[in-house]
Amino acid sequence: MERLKNFISKAYIFIILLFLYAPIAVLIVSSFNDSKSRVVWGGFTLRWYRGVFESDQIMDALFTTMIISLSASLIATVLGVMAAIGISAMKKRSYKAVMAVNNIPMVNADIVIGISLMLWFIKFMPLGFMSVLLAHITFDVPYVILSVMPKLQQMNVSVYEAARDLGANAVYAFFKVVLPQLYGGILSGFFLAFTISMDDFVVTYFTKGAGVDTLSTLIYGELKKGIKPEMYALSTIIFALVLIVLIVVNIYSGKEERAVIDH
Amino acid sequence: MKKKFVVVVFMVLLMSSCLMCGCNKADENSITVFNYGMYMDPEVLKIFEEETGIKVKYEEAPTPEELYTKYKSGAVKYDVLCTSEYMLQRLINEGELQEVDFSTLKNRDNIGDEYFDMCKSFDPDNKYVMPYFWGTVGILYDKEKVHGDVDTWDVLFNGEYAGEFIMQNSMRDAYMVALKQLGYSINTTNEAELREAQELLIDQKPDVQSYLVDEVKDELVAGNATLGVVYSGEGYYAGEEREGLVYCIPREGTNLWIDCFGVTKDCKNVDNAMKFLDYLCREDCAKINFDYVKYASPYLSVIETMTDKEKASSAINPSKEIINNCEIYVQLPQETTDLLNALWKELKAE
Repeated sequence: MERLKNFISKAYIFIILLFLYAPIAVLIVSSFNDSKSRVVWGGFTLRWYRGVFESDQIMDALFTTMIISLSASLIATVLGVMAAIGISAMKKRSYKAVMAVNNIPMVNADIVIGISLMLWFIKFMPLGFMSVLLAHITFDVPYVILSVMPKLQQMNVSVYEAARDLGANAVYAFFKVVLPQLYGGILSGFFLAFTISMDDFVVTYFTKGAGVDTLSTLIYGELKKGIKPEMYALSTIIFALVLIVLIVVNIYSGKEERAVIDH
Repeated sequence: MKKKFVVVVFMVLLMSSCLMCGCNKADENSITVFNYGMYMDPEVLKIFEEETGIKVKYEEAPTPEELYTKYKSGAVKYDVLCTSEYMLQRLINEGELQEVDFSTLKNRDNIGDEYFDMCKSFDPDNKYVMPYFWGTVGILYDKEKVHGDVDTWDVLFNGEYAGEFIMQNSMRDAYMVALKQLGYSINTTNEAELREAQELLIDQKPDVQSYLVDEVKDELVAGNATLGVVYSGEGYYAGEEREGLVYCIPREGTNLWIDCFGVTKDCKNVDNAMKFLDYLCREDCAKINFDYVKYASPYLSVIETMTDKEKASSAINPSKEIINNCEIYVQLPQETTDLLNALWKELKAE
């Protein structure tokens, strides 16, 4: 009985992982396929990988994607942390109201945000790089607020007050006492905002001007004639990078935890 | 202290946004081009920018419908755009394209007159659009699996390849096949003819392996089907991916499609737009684009310099006689569209 249970639970995990990773495995295999066809194996090649770095179009799009996601998530983190501190100091009723408003953009459909931002931007500025950046900052901020808020709630206000009592001015106390306690929340908010920015297609599609392409809009434009195999190669590279970062972070945080226990 | 900080942050933000807006403003010497994805070699744009100093802002859309929606939203002012014949017809009817005189193009003579004639079904005086690429719909077949010649739509109806062929899962293309098989016009508004086509398709349905759109080519490349109805561009790619796959245009004729460039009514700098169109017709540029896209080209210099393999492909270089049997889709009146929709639903529900 015990063995059966064990078997079922293992099989279940296996199936889940299979469904999650089989498509990515197909993508990785296709990126080494020496045939443009998706269904025929034409031998092993690295030429799509070379193609990625030789194509100005792809490199431009990659660069734009990175710049937009990085700067949007950085700016959103700054804005989000300031907002979170302000909101946490509110009275209970307004705190609840503001947090509810903060949740709306997250549960709202992307297409609604995309179209409304587009209509808004048309009134004030030409669509282009800047409009995409502003749009990304807009939908990134709520995620930062949401991940910083729990840390603020856990934080003991007395520590800050003690710092002030001991002669630190407000700014000094904020950077030396408050910020370090929020560090984890800020970091996870930043990464969340970064991945969401990088992922985003719908909002970018509506707010971008001609000549500005992120990876997602570039790939989408290719759909009519079939996606270039170079894109499989690029996706594989991105997947590998993310995997490496995750492994490093896991090892690092594992060590840190053990260090804490040892002490 | 706090207030000062906030004010400073605000001012920095304001200033930077003003600066950024400044960079973003459309510089005088630029042109905004709207096209399908992967429908122009990026190299071509680079050469144009270097030669003329005109900056090209290039935007892509995957389908005519999406191109139309994005254009109509007015979010970006496009100067020239390329789309398919039925969408161009719609744009012309709505007054979205402006009249231009193509005879002023230096390289106008590089476009065969017959291709301007093709456009006459929706642009009678040839004053709105300039042909870019064109093609047909036909049968892609596996040379090793077919018995006998394939040069007629009849192979899809006589039961010879029951369960081995794939039909297009799009309304007009499906009815086009049946109407051509019956010898009628693909733009017929005659209800009796459409109902006859419907009967033919219903009779055919048990023999159809599946109705697909973009996957037809893949299925044939993978060897899962013997015949399939495809667009000529895919027909050529399929032959590249696996030898033994041949594209043919049935002798009864078929649908002919043509993608053209037009100048929008919003275009302020028509000179730049015309320079761009002229450049597209130039021999070297037309050649680069042809090698990139590999669709049938209306440019004479390209047709002359094709390789033997390309010349032999009816996807890229269809014979003139076959073309005479072909028709371009025209927008149908609303009642015919409604009837077709009803028939199509009925067919798919059978």
